[in-house]
Amino acid sequence: MANPGGGTVCNGNLHKSQKQSNGSRSGNCTKNGIVKEAQQNGKTHIYEKHIVESFEEAPLHVMVFTYMGYGIGTLFGYLRDFMRNWGIEKCNAAIEREEQKDFVPLYQDFENFYKRNLYIRIRDNWNRPICSAPGPWFDVVERVSDDYNWTFRFTGRIIKDVINMGSYNYLGLAARYDDSMRTVKDVLEAYGLGVASTMCEMGTLDKHKELEDLVAKFLNVEAAMVFGMGFATNSMNIPALVGKGCLILSDELNHTSLVLGARLSGATIRIFKHNNAQSLEKLLRDAVIYGQPRTRRAWKKILILVEGIYSMEGSIVHLPQIIALKKKYKAYLYVDEAHSIGALGPTGRGVTEFFGIDPGEVDVLMGTFTKSFGASGGYLAGRKDLVDYLRVHSHSAVYGTSMSPPIAEQIIRSMKFLMGLDGTTQGLQRVRQLAKNTRYFRQRLQKMGFIIYGNESSPVVPVLLYMPSKVAAFARHMLQKKIGVVVVGFPATPLAEARARFCISAAHTREMLDTVLEAIDEMGDLLHLKYSRHMKSARPELYDETSFELED
Amino acid sequence: MDFRRVKEYFSWLYYQYQIISCCAVLEPWEQSMFNTILLTIFAMVIYTAYVFIPIHIRLAWEFFSRICGYQSTISN
Repeated sequence: MANPGGGTVCNGNLHKSQKQSNGSRSGNCTKNGIVKEAQQNGKTHIYEKHIVESFEEAPLHVMVFTYMGYGIGTLFGYLRDFMRNWGIEKCNAAIEREEQKDFVPLYQDFENFYKRNLYIRIRDNWNRPICSAPGPWFDVVERVSDDYNWTFRFTGRIIKDVINMGSYNYLGLAARYDDSMRTVKDVLEAYGLGVASTMCEMGTLDKHKELEDLVAKFLNVEAAMVFGMGFATNSMNIPALVGKGCLILSDELNHTSLVLGARLSGATIRIFKHNNAQSLEKLLRDAVIYGQPRTRRAWKKILILVEGIYSMEGSIVHLPQIIALKKKYKAYLYVDEAHSIGALGPTGRGVTEFFGIDPGEVDVLMGTFTKSFGASGGYLAGRKDLVDYLRVHSHSAVYGTSMSPPIAEQIIRSMKFLMGLDGTTQGLQRVRQLAKNTRYFRQRLQKMGFIIYGNESSPVVPVLLYMPSKVAAFARHMLQKKIGVVVVGFPATPLAEARARFCISAAHTREMLDTVLEAIDEMGDLLHLKYSRHMKSARPELYDETSFELED
Repeated sequence: MDFRRVKEYFSWLYYQYQIISCCAVLEPWEQSMFNTILLTIFAMVIYTAYVFIPIHIRLAWEFFSRICGYQSTISN
């Protein structure tokens, strides 16, 4: 059987942390007031929280039109490529030099074709420069294109007070300087901006120690470690945790940083269907029964990579089921809470609090400070021996520049604000306001008849648009109405499922949300976007099952 | 008044056609080319229908009526 020790975890501390986690588990029970029916029959505890999520399928004619639209775009793409190749039209895209023409072609694959002929046509909806803080209102620099989006020029005007529905500003902490940021100014005056070193050389400041202790207290774990960049936290630390001879089970829709980290580590990677506990169980069973591919030896470690909230789908991970599986098959769990920390749970502690699970049950908790805390950087939290190991063995700690002091102070200030340590309850109010805004926004959109993906409590709301020209028309019209939205198409999403993604913030007032909802309603009527037939979800629902044994 | 509403309805319909067939993101000369090709195909379909469908229906009617007539004479 797979040896769970793996040589990096010392089992001597197990009893101590178990007691500690049991104490905090009961503490959480009474503090949150969430009713949990923990089954006390000696088997694994499955906390019953009713998960409501939907991934409705579009009507058939919508998919037909979507593919038809892409087909027409492709035909015209071929025509334009032909004209560019034969010199009838000037080529603005990247082409090889004359000397390279006889070698393997560089720009003939589908991604370059798509970029040249389909993406460039609607490119003005992305990379829009803004010129203010990304608060609930922001200013957008106006730009126009004279040659169909190949080049842009700024007109010199600024579109002021655009409602911001795209920034990851869940608690409204990314704002201009105000009096509550005094401590950040003091730290800036005392420490300066640059650290000029890595964590392992001279880059560990007392601010970092303070921040790490605060993060550990916030998450209710033993220890934590912070890094300068969120992407680098994932991609540089997964190779330190697993290596060759280990198995990584990663969700279908994981973020690029997790995929990059998994590939860099050299472990075997297997993918399970998105949020699907049955698919994961099948993979776990196969891994434990058959072992490594040729030698049939046991895997050294099995690591499950999931995210708290998936930012393109708005779905929340089914954490209780995955923890039950992890305990049964003795695997390790790594949860990337980039979007869910600060945004989920009654006090904003993340996806573990949302489900009422003790955070000690997740082996590695990772998150970023970019989204809810208005700063930048990432953290890794868990048991003390894990964090001690990472301090020495992580690439990011040894080679990456450590976090800048004012940013660390901004995170400290935000966390204290959120935990209520600054003496007010405003932090908690913001978390509640975010939950209220999310529920209101999602309910109104569903009543209007749009197809929305994801869990009903997730502050990321993807509205499906499907057709590429609707994507462009939606974004342009919304900017004309002074609402800034983020639209996403291929390759960030599947080809036929282009969407507009709204990120709700606690700083949005009811009036702002009503303005946005009215505008979306108008756009829905103009562009004929209300596809929902209020059917049940197309993906199988598994949250009613209490055991995941495959039928023999 | 009614005329304006009808015109608005038709321009909305044209806009829907443009959005669904991706014409809204094409350059103007590409749009004209696409519209011309589509109208040509549509015109050819209409012409073919106008010229050939009555003849085909008449021939089919004669064919089936001959069979039924033949059967009725046999049964008689």
